[in-house]
Amino acid sequence: MASKATGRWLVLAVPYLWLLALFLVPFLIVFKISLSQDAIAQPPYFPTFDLAEGWAAFKEAFAELSFENYGYVLSWDNEFIEAYGSSLWIAGISTLLLLLVGYPIAYGMARAPKSLRPTLLMLVILPFWTSFLIRVYAWIGILSPEGLLNQLLFALGIINRDAPLQILNTDTAVYIGIVYSYLPFMILPLYAALEKMDETLLEAAADLGCPPFAAFWKITWPLSLPGVFAGCLLCFIPAVGEFVIPDLLGGSDTLMIGKVLWTEFSVNRSWTVSSAVAVLLLLVLVIPIVFYQNLQAREVERR
Amino acid sequence: MSTGVAEKTQKTIGGIRRKFAPWNDPQAVPLISYKNVTKRFGEFVAVDNLSLDIYEREFFALLGPSGCGKTTLMRMLAGFEDPTEGQITLAGQDLVGTPPYKRQTNMMFQSYALFPHMTVWDNIAFGLKQDRMEKGAIDARVEEMLKLVKLEKFAKRKPHQLSGGQRQRVALARSLAKRPKVLLLDEPLGALDKKLREETQFELMDIQMELGMTFLIVTHDQEEAMTVADRIAVMNQGRLVQVDQPAVIYEHPNSRYVADFVGDVNILDATVETVEPGMVTLRPVAAPERRFRIAQDCAAKPGDSVAIALRPEKMRVELDPPADTNVNCVQGEIWDIGYLGDLSIYHVELPGGVRVKAAKPNLTRMVERPITWDDKVYVYFSPDAGVVLTS
Repeated sequence: MASKATGRWLVLAVPYLWLLALFLVPFLIVFKISLSQDAIAQPPYFPTFDLAEGWAAFKEAFAELSFENYGYVLSWDNEFIEAYGSSLWIAGISTLLLLLVGYPIAYGMARAPKSLRPTLLMLVILPFWTSFLIRVYAWIGILSPEGLLNQLLFALGIINRDAPLQILNTDTAVYIGIVYSYLPFMILPLYAALEKMDETLLEAAADLGCPPFAAFWKITWPLSLPGVFAGCLLCFIPAVGEFVIPDLLGGSDTLMIGKVLWTEFSVNRSWTVSSAVAVLLLLVLVIPIVFYQNLQAREVERR
Repeated sequence: MSTGVAEKTQKTIGGIRRKFAPWNDPQAVPLISYKNVTKRFGEFVAVDNLSLDIYEREFFALLGPSGCGKTTLMRMLAGFEDPTEGQITLAGQDLVGTPPYKRQTNMMFQSYALFPHMTVWDNIAFGLKQDRMEKGAIDARVEEMLKLVKLEKFAKRKPHQLSGGQRQRVALARSLAKRPKVLLLDEPLGALDKKLREETQFELMDIQMELGMTFLIVTHDQEEAMTVADRIAVMNQGRLVQVDQPAVIYEHPNSRYVADFVGDVNILDATVETVEPGMVTLRPVAAPERRFRIAQDCAAKPGDSVAIALRPEKMRVELDPPADTNVNCVQGEIWDIGYLGDLSIYHVELPGGVRVKAAKPNLTRMVERPITWDDKVYVYFSPDAGVVLTS
């Protein structure tokens, strides 16, 4: 009995240790830096804790921690709040677009002949075999004024050679980039939810007098909601903090918190402010994560 | 409800059942009519040029092994499949091309197909809401249905909070709620255990009588079909083999296939010796020195090879020969005994090596039975016990 219990604890300990070492400890370090002050030194902030200096020094260093950086970030005079808002907005719109594009694809896949489904699934996952960065760069080649899209439109005579479409370096390009890059994360949970749905439910609805379109809204849509929520959160959360896509495809006026954080860290060399930005970003994202977990718990209960 | 009233209702129902036989009335107009219906899935012929009439208030069973086309036949009536050729009419109207949501049929699905995100109440009300029935009328109808299937207390539950038997009842209530012209039941009791299944069979019959509706049931369980149905259609490979009342199907099967599929049966090969009106004399292949007399009119000619179908319960196994010389008798040896409690099934090997089964009710509680393994026994049956099958 004792060995069985020990074994179970060992198995449980692995993921906890993993989270402790690779999530909680780094987070606490970042949090500590966010409470420190900038310094031109190595490391570029103070205070630092050195246990060798004894308890008194530790207490002294602790007293120097403050929430000053948070006040700076949350002040209306600076661009941070605007950047958070803009990030949430862009991520929200992108998630909506992802849902609109992803749902029909997932639906088509789930209703495809069984023999075809693994192939379709493979095709959705296939882009992951190329580097994310390269795929985003490729969009520059497509969207730039001399890019493939404009070339095609010239060739078809749809637009004038003197007035190419200005998509690159706009918010539109960011939306295109996010929708393209995150689409598999939307499709896969939707597909999982739609695929396990019993198709005789639709026959039953039709049998009871419900035409197909109404049956979609009354049966298919509510039953796919867990997939919709999972897909939306999987896309929304990373999209809020997205840095590469707005940096490469967005314009100078595309304001996203990931980009701001990067500027704060690499250009302004302020570890402390960028840490505070990161901690606040985490807080903003924790709310939808908690919401999602609640939802999942309810889902488990229902079974 | 007092038992007296219940008994009376039962008697009335029995009385109506006994008199009900519209299929014998040449004036009767069928409610459902399949006319030369063929359904092909690619190369596979699921239903093969089939014609069938079903009458109003009838409880009709489609019986056959899986893949015989019975489910396809039903799904064509519901509108989930369209016939490749032929015509299906319901109350005189041609159904082909009408989508399922515009047909006055409702189906109880084998998997029940209850909407998992809706309560029992909402499941039952679903079809009524589609008809834009007014709220008060929906409430009244749902209450009535819940009462009918005895689930009043479970209205607010979701399907996953119910037992299998309760789900089956919700599915039944949902399919009955719209008062369809025909209720289609696709293996409705397949998922229930034996006891519950038997109870539910009688409940189904009572509900059918009470609502005065036409029920069409698909089943592979011959006992179920025999219990519930007014008429049974036995199907094989997309065709109807025999359509008749349960007792006729059982006692007068028209072919080896029907005799074999419905109930337990011994099939003995034999050669026709003489044919008289109402009596056939045959020479069984398993015991050529014997002659069997079967009381029936027969189209076969002397010398034809035929089969004799004998139900085990109509055969007697005794240690002594029968006193009555009129009965058919053959000698054999006990090969095996199956003790079922109510019955014992004796497997008797005839001299030619053919084995037959004879059932004997266990009328006393004696554990030591007089007949045992390797005993020499007489197997006998009266001339009206067997059926000569020419196909």
